[in-house]
Amino acid sequence: MRLVIHENYDEVSLWAAKYVRRSIINFNPGPDKYFTLGLPTGSTPLGMYKKLIEFHKAGKLSFRYVKTFNMDEYVALPREHPESYHSFMWENFFKHIDIQPDNAHLLDGNAEDLEKECTNYEKIIKEAGGIRLFIGGIGPDGHIAFNEPGSSLVSRTRVKTLAQDTILANARFFGNDLKKVPTQALTVGVGTVMDADEVMILITGAHKAFALHKAIEEGVNHMWTVSAFQQHPRTIFLCDEDATMELRVRTVKYFKGLMQIHNKLVEDPDVIKVD
Amino acid sequence: MAPSSATGAGILYQYTNCRILRGGKIFRDDLWVRNGIIMDPEILFYVEKVYADEKIDCQNMIIAPGFIDVQINGGFGYDFSTDANVEEGVKKVAHGILAHGVTSFCPTVITSTPEFYKKLLPRIKKCNGSEKGAGVIGIHVEGPFISSERIGAHPKQLVRDFDNGFSDVLTTYGDITNIAIVTLAPEKKNSLSVIEDFCKRGIVVSVGHSSANLVEGEEAVRSGARFITHLFNCMLPFHHRDPHLVGLLTSEKLPRNRHIYYGIIADGIHTHPAALRIAQRVHPKGTVLITDAIQAMGLPDGTYPFGEQTIVVEGQRSYIKGTNTLAGSTATLDTCVRLFAKQTDCGPELALEAASLHPAQLMGIEDRKGTLNFGTDADFVLLDDSLNVKATYIAGKCVYTADAI
Repeated sequence: MRLVIHENYDEVSLWAAKYVRRSIINFNPGPDKYFTLGLPTGSTPLGMYKKLIEFHKAGKLSFRYVKTFNMDEYVALPREHPESYHSFMWENFFKHIDIQPDNAHLLDGNAEDLEKECTNYEKIIKEAGGIRLFIGGIGPDGHIAFNEPGSSLVSRTRVKTLAQDTILANARFFGNDLKKVPTQALTVGVGTVMDADEVMILITGAHKAFALHKAIEEGVNHMWTVSAFQQHPRTIFLCDEDATMELRVRTVKYFKGLMQIHNKLVEDPDVIKVD
Repeated sequence: MAPSSATGAGILYQYTNCRILRGGKIFRDDLWVRNGIIMDPEILFYVEKVYADEKIDCQNMIIAPGFIDVQINGGFGYDFSTDANVEEGVKKVAHGILAHGVTSFCPTVITSTPEFYKKLLPRIKKCNGSEKGAGVIGIHVEGPFISSERIGAHPKQLVRDFDNGFSDVLTTYGDITNIAIVTLAPEKKNSLSVIEDFCKRGIVVSVGHSSANLVEGEEAVRSGARFITHLFNCMLPFHHRDPHLVGLLTSEKLPRNRHIYYGIIADGIHTHPAALRIAQRVHPKGTVLITDAIQAMGLPDGTYPFGEQTIVVEGQRSYIKGTNTLAGSTATLDTCVRLFAKQTDCGPELALEAASLHPAQLMGIEDRKGTLNFGTDADFVLLDDSLNVKATYIAGKCVYTADAI
């Protein structure tokens, strides 16, 4: 497990974007070899998306041969609703890059048979050769995707009923009307994300500090689902200073001492070529 | 994974590197057009899974809905109120105004004789726009049921009443199928029932060329009128104890669901900038920019026949020969948009909407025209930051370009 600590949100976003770019370029994708990327929504990854768009516009990164798989989507919320994850991904990422429509995968929360939709999602991930890099964020209660506290740590893609906390927190996006807040979502399981070759989890802000502590300094616990990734062979927790508030000084010092090594992971492709 | 055309759905155009006016805001986004219709890119991406056949770099210009002029008497040497070859006149003007961003218009016929109406009106047909010219929404008949005290440049002797109600209307105009909008004076006897009869037939009623007081104006609006013809011009001026028709802009005695629109000539001559600002500030969502242009629009100075009269053009002004009466403007609609934006400081969004969204709403065609909403006709203009028209599109086809784009 790696823990990469940066000064603030902007630096976390830039580092995350550089890491994604590095991974795609190293993979050298082409028509017969697609890079597969798992993606989150929410405010945490927004900065990373902005940076990836900048790289693309500057001609330094193409998504022509990238397949994306989103983590989750609300059930029964119209696709065109501004709060749907389809809308989020279109507005904040897809419309700005050169990804092909066929290669951008999201769960359909309006599918007639939701269970079939979930099984099928697992199937298409498998057919794409599994996910090379899965990026996630977490909630203050340590949930990853919609794997709320108490979810099985070997769970697969499925329908999930949202925790009351999540519904209350979401009300602000739906005119503060609880009746309008979706109560169910389709989500990849903890096991689905665990299957990825690599996982990068973004954690920023003091309100996520306790979740980060639970994620990395205590044992694996299904009440803090993100803690499962302690057992993933290649996981990066990427956080800002604020999110380290609940960590031991020893933990922070140890990982900060490794920053030189971490930064090698994201070196500019041009610099690498010179080597 | 294919471009749109490969699926048989038609060629998909993506206008990119631009800012678009939608929902009252100008923001950076692409405009997607297929088969003459503005498309929802999320449906194309997520549902159809197609991408654009062609990308058009708009060089950071503003894309706004095509302009709509609901009051234009002629231009480029043609006058819609004279008999001589009106088909050619409409054609010529329809084509000429493309360069000024106008994609739909209402050819306007001033007060004339019943014989003349019966000859003329059937010849000005509603039609869609194309590379040949802007679309014709329908005729604006301005008169003859107006006040002889507020005739402006109309021939006084031809003004009429409808003492027998709507039957007088029909005997005057004859066939009314080509009429989209009528200007009348609401103080006339039987006006309320006549207004109702026009509305029943889907014809927009405008009050104007009138000596009506506010109460008469309010009654007209309650009966269905929804427009004021060239506000401030050819009506009694605002008075604090009876604001007359101008008072409709702030009246509280209109039906709740009735939105009143007002035409205004922002040519810098017909309406003082202070008056423009008063109207714009009190009722920004009701402004409809009109040119009220006459045949001299696009022509050099000189003397020209106008209906049954003669007018003189000097610079940007035009008068009835031998008087000081303004005869109509020689302004183009894009000039009015720029002047209106400058003189009222209302911002480009409201100025552009006053020439697109508002007239479309007035005419009840905002489901097809006057916006860049998904599913509407791809009639639009490309503008620079000073709101100069650089290109005009109708149904997704480029029908005018200022220079190479």
